[in-house]
Amino acid sequence: MGLESSKWAIIFLVCWLYKNVSCNSVEQKIYVELNNTVPCVRLLNATHQIGCQSSISGDTGVIHVLESEADLEWPLSKGPNPPYMVLLESSLFTRSIMMKMKNESNRVAGVAVVVPNTSPPEFSPHTTCPNENTGVYSDNYGPNLAHCNTTVWNPLGNGLSYEEFDFPVFSLKEDNETEFIKQCYLDHNRAVNGSAPQYPLCAMQLFSHMHAVTNTPTCMRRNDINFSINPEMVCDPLGDYNVWGSIRPYNDTVLGHKENESVVIAAARLDSRAFFWEVSTGAEGSISGFVTLLAAAQALREVTHKAPPTRNILFAFFQGVSSFCLPKQVSLETFDYIGSSRMVYDMENGKFVIDLDNVHSILEIGQVAVHSGTNLFLHSDPVSRSNDTVNDEVENFVKNLQSSTAGLSFLLVEPNVSQPLPPSSLQRFLRAQPIPGIVLADHESAFNNRYYESFYDNAANLNLTYPSDLSPEEQLEFVTETAKSLTDVATVVARALYKQAGGDDSQVNTIKADPKIVTQMLYGFLVSSNNSWFQAVMAPELKNILKPSPPEYYVGVVMSSTPTRLVQYLLANLTGAATNLTQSQCQKPDELPNESRQMYSYLWVQGIVPPNSTQRDSFCVRASVRLTKAVSPAFELGEYASKDYSTWTESRWKFIKARIFLVASRDLEMLTLGVGVAVLFTSLLVTYFISTKADVLFSSTREPASAAY
Amino acid sequence: MTASVFFGCTFIAFGPAIALFLFTIARDPLRVIFLIAGAFFWLCSLLLSSLVWFITVQISNKESSSQQKGLLIFGVVLSVMLQETFRFGYYKLLKKANEGLLMLSAEETMPISIRQLAYVSGLGFGFMSGAFSMINILADSVGPGTIGIHGDSQHFFLSSAFMTMAIVLLHMFWGVVFFDSCEKQHWWSLAVVVISHLLVSCLTFQNPQYVGSLVPTYIIVFLVGLWAFFCAGGSLRNLKLCLTCKDKDFLLANHRPR
Repeated sequence: MGLESSKWAIIFLVCWLYKNVSCNSVEQKIYVELNNTVPCVRLLNATHQIGCQSSISGDTGVIHVLESEADLEWPLSKGPNPPYMVLLESSLFTRSIMMKMKNESNRVAGVAVVVPNTSPPEFSPHTTCPNENTGVYSDNYGPNLAHCNTTVWNPLGNGLSYEEFDFPVFSLKEDNETEFIKQCYLDHNRAVNGSAPQYPLCAMQLFSHMHAVTNTPTCMRRNDINFSINPEMVCDPLGDYNVWGSIRPYNDTVLGHKENESVVIAAARLDSRAFFWEVSTGAEGSISGFVTLLAAAQALREVTHKAPPTRNILFAFFQGVSSFCLPKQVSLETFDYIGSSRMVYDMENGKFVIDLDNVHSILEIGQVAVHSGTNLFLHSDPVSRSNDTVNDEVENFVKNLQSSTAGLSFLLVEPNVSQPLPPSSLQRFLRAQPIPGIVLADHESAFNNRYYESFYDNAANLNLTYPSDLSPEEQLEFVTETAKSLTDVATVVARALYKQAGGDDSQVNTIKADPKIVTQMLYGFLVSSNNSWFQAVMAPELKNILKPSPPEYYVGVVMSSTPTRLVQYLLANLTGAATNLTQSQCQKPDELPNESRQMYSYLWVQGIVPPNSTQRDSFCVRASVRLTKAVSPAFELGEYASKDYSTWTESRWKFIKARIFLVASRDLEMLTLGVGVAVLFTSLLVTYFISTKADVLFSSTREPASAAY
Repeated sequence: MTASVFFGCTFIAFGPAIALFLFTIARDPLRVIFLIAGAFFWLCSLLLSSLVWFITVQISNKESSSQQKGLLIFGVVLSVMLQETFRFGYYKLLKKANEGLLMLSAEETMPISIRQLAYVSGLGFGFMSGAFSMINILADSVGPGTIGIHGDSQHFFLSSAFMTMAIVLLHMFWGVVFFDSCEKQHWWSLAVVVISHLLVSCLTFQNPQYVGSLVPTYIIVFLVGLWAFFCAGGSLRNLKLCLTCKDKDFLLANHRPR
């Protein structure tokens, strides 16, 4: 009994001790880990690699805070302690400085960019002519319009996102960690009166080793090598899901051309991108577009039940990428239109519920950050309009759109010069077939957006401001000016779509978008996704993807990203119908007589919390909203070097981290080694001497003479 | 601080120990066994003292730094006492083992004398103590950074290495003196060993004033080393003979078998 209990006592003691162990190790005195960093990662396409790379054991450099462009001399030529880790303010994050550092990359170990809370006057890391090689304009189609010969869409673009750097580039927020880094630099690395700074110096080490190299065909080939039981993948194709929904449902299992079916497609992009894959929201770039389309879809719900139009209306949201390892979102439509090219490919090959011949016309909502009073522009493709039938349809569409602005504060205007379509998903449809289409945008020629595809395209860029004394719930409900403007745009879009789909003209003026829904969506997508409305429309198992910040487009184990899921559930809630099904019926609706999973999708959503209770009123939504895979056709076909389809892949990596510490001079290190070797040799010599003379040295023994040594 | 510092500090800390092991212990398997057993005994003493210290820390008030400092001093003193206790225990064990070995062996003489055992066990204690002091620090010295970003002294690695070398040598000397005093029942010299061990351990509280802790420690190393030399049977005369290379004549004169 005694032995038993003492055994248990020891076991408990050991377990308790194990739980309570904490380390105060030497490592904490040497390194300071930087937690809020975002790296730039490597992407590959059929011919190139872009992005940044560090060596496998990290790149270490002495920190240098760059003060101006002239100060670049110090890290690039004058500084006595290369390699340097250059810390930049975002105002110095320009093409000329980055290119200079790229050329002297043996003296530059890496770059850290401090992203401030306020935006600079302009910044766009995308190219001046986005997607110039994968749009519709080429040498065969409108050669004088190709490669931005007539209109440069993004004149502020510096193309940094498409450069390759062989040192790591990280972004840091402007917070305590960055202050600590700057203080470390000021304490140790400043040169006093022109003389070299004394060791120990403050240094930074960045780890962002990327496994994929060269281009997509190479890395896909290496993916297939099976050396071991756990084959190592080196890259992943960029891919996510497109969201689409329609007024009249389609049977999911009947694919391909449908007789006598004519569909009006309303499209918007969901993606956005930044150099660092930050919380890049693409407020003007994409959020304005898809929020408008969601509001328009909601506005059409009632009238299409009461007076259904002749043609069906299909709402398509072309998703940007999220790959399996990418912590932040990357844009698919930016990357050569992966989402829309996949849908076009599916339509051409009879893998979608309709095909291209069923498409009557397309309206795409581009960047629509309209401010009250400014006009919006209707872009169309002049090459396809040279065909009379197409031209007539487009003019009819324009008329429908322009007449829908009656009573509102802005007009829809066509640009007065003949210019190509701006970069848009419509271009991929035109590549396949000349379809009448219009892109709605807030810019007549070059983009108005000064932060196209950058991390500054956030709520401030849309002038989204709330009065300061509101709680988060009150902010959610507050109808901002931006929301009012976007609501008007959504009303116009909804009315135009209804007219285009052959709806009853007398009903048109009853179509109104709801500003409350628009402002709630703007709040959720741009300020905090973890609000009560988003919680109510999401499924219970997905509520963890909502965060008190704008959606981070994080994938992880979920195969689709946060924005995709959010848009799917929002579209379902806004266009679908609430049913009385229980949760188990919602999962197996085919057992019921009137429900069919082939026609609709059934989503169990959390619902709101009624005032006097703690349980949510969950219910089952039936909507004709589906997800379709948005992976480039090049990967389905195995044509990794394809010129027709996007071949973008993203490299995999093991870990990404950054830390700062002090480095000692080389001389001190060599001295330590020298002293160590000297001590070793001396002790070897002395010991040899003593051990051979031990008889003599220790001979005045007081033990008996029989003791042997 | 990179590989050169790693190797430099390893050689400084363990140079004498490696040299001693190579030349005096490695050839004789019996000595190796007793060395490892000695190391194990030190390890047991450390385990016990760390258990006690850990429990007291968990019970104590973690916020009060003076209490934590007091606990640390208590822990150090307790550890020293336990180490010396285990050394004494090892001595007793070896005495018993020696008698047993003598009964079993075919030869007339003991295969290993108590004096050699003293040296070997002291070195074993030193090896293990040095390993525990230094291995963690060596592991961190391989990286590219050095201590100092929070304002601590840069010379941490080097001073730790020198301190470890001193401790290794000291344990060896203490072993010799301890066993000798136990043999001769000189309890006062035993007390001096314990007190000097306590003194050296408490000198480390001077860190980060590394000069203040290293210099007195090396003085103690020298003094205890001298004492151990005399306990082991050395004398100034022998030393002079060796150094002036007159030892061959000396041996011939005494007809000692080699």
